[in-house]
Amino acid sequence: MKLTDLSSRTTDWFKGGGPLSDIVISSRIRLARNLAGFNFITKCTDQQKQEILSRLKEIILGLETLGDLFFIDIGQGDQVERDFLIERHLISKNLASGIGARGVVIAKNELFGAMINEEDHLRMQVLGSGLDVKNCWQKINEIDNLISEKVKYAFSSKYGYLTACPTNVGTGIRVSVMLHLPGLKMTEHLKKMIEAVREMNLTVRGLFGEGTEAVGDFFQVSNQVTLGVSEEKIVNDFGNIIIPKIVEYEKQAREQLLSRNINLLDDKISRALALLKNAKLISSHEALFLLSNLRLGINMGRIKDISISTINDLFMLTQPAHLQMNSGHSLTAAQRDMLRAQTLKSRLN
Amino acid sequence: MRCEICKTAMATVHLTEIINGHRSEKHLCENCAASQGVTAQSQLSLNELLSSLLAAGDQNAANQSRASVCQSCGNTMEEFSKTSLLGCPDDYEAFGDAIEMVIRKAQNDKTQHEGKVPVGVDITQKSEAETEIAGLKKQLADAIESEDYETAAKLRDRIQKMQ
Repeated sequence: MKLTDLSSRTTDWFKGGGPLSDIVISSRIRLARNLAGFNFITKCTDQQKQEILSRLKEIILGLETLGDLFFIDIGQGDQVERDFLIERHLISKNLASGIGARGVVIAKNELFGAMINEEDHLRMQVLGSGLDVKNCWQKINEIDNLISEKVKYAFSSKYGYLTACPTNVGTGIRVSVMLHLPGLKMTEHLKKMIEAVREMNLTVRGLFGEGTEAVGDFFQVSNQVTLGVSEEKIVNDFGNIIIPKIVEYEKQAREQLLSRNINLLDDKISRALALLKNAKLISSHEALFLLSNLRLGINMGRIKDISISTINDLFMLTQPAHLQMNSGHSLTAAQRDMLRAQTLKSRLN
Repeated sequence: MRCEICKTAMATVHLTEIINGHRSEKHLCENCAASQGVTAQSQLSLNELLSSLLAAGDQNAANQSRASVCQSCGNTMEEFSKTSLLGCPDDYEAFGDAIEMVIRKAQNDKTQHEGKVPVGVDITQKSEAETEIAGLKKQLADAIESEDYETAAKLRDRIQKMQ
């Protein structure tokens, strides 16, 4: 399996299916685990990191329930490959910029990934399209049980799964749901929503997690508290209460736009389409922003001749590292802006 | 310091306002601050949190916890306060109360795991400890009832130690 096998297509969880998928892009559950008998990463020797890597790699690659799996050595790959994996949400920036033996095991369908030697020895994730947190939990729980039959995790009856940073201790679970909220943004209710979400001990982040800004009205909502609340409670709260509520607010905002501000809405959508179809140079930031408006237009029935899957493809394929992987060589920012504009033009006209 | 408005709760929100060059300070509890439209910044970074906790606490305790060293990995609380990362699983025990304070703040005051347990791990030890504590508490109640304060004090200390 080569990375170029992935680069020409959209990742499965981004194809646009699943419950509430007009607003909920994807669901993701991550578990943080460390092996007993080893220091955490910052205090590991190179040899220990190597040992942890080969042990976990072997165990995970041997899990039959996950279908085709492959391993990518992040210590060896080049920068474009690492950026490509970040763009597909298969690794974190932290793993990409880490030191020493580290890597990721990925399922061919990209719905499962396990980073080895990131901040914790093991950080694995299961992804799903739309609001799919319960299914993601069921799958990752099963995988976690299979792994814990083969290694001993660092665990205490008081603090649960012990992690390098106390903000993950306990269950080590991070449930993240990626939402597209242009309606709340346009009706200026977004700030209120973010404040309400933060009051519930949840965090709101940008498209690529920690420290990233929300571009194109995409937001990730995640749990902050990992100790003293069971995994099921967190997952059920997300699936039954938190996300449906935010979706309801976004729907109300969209209805408000249709009834009171239809000209503003249509103007934004038409401008986005005109720019995307005609621009000669376009940055990834601008493309994301305009595609977001287009996505809203399609979901609200204002644009009928473009499909959501085309938009999702373009979101994925116009990212910097994707353009470079697919062109077969590295490109300067100016070259990328030109190629991006050409890609958009050819797919939208 | 008590809240300037309700005069009962502790003031935890300290507000400095500078209007037309005139500086004024307000010390409010969280509820009164909220009713005045002031919301505290809720998402401190772990570093800020740790530094403020250590600074706010007893200076000796702060120095002591900064000086604690984990025997397994050599990590110190001071190092942790810089990186927000622990060195090994034993740090959780080695840094005792100091790390528990950090956990409380980061984890919405929670200090006890709830949720899944690794396959093959037996946590019945925990329930044995709990049963023992419950037994001691009953003995403590009996000792107080019979005004045997010496025994009561000993039992209280044992319970505290176990908890």
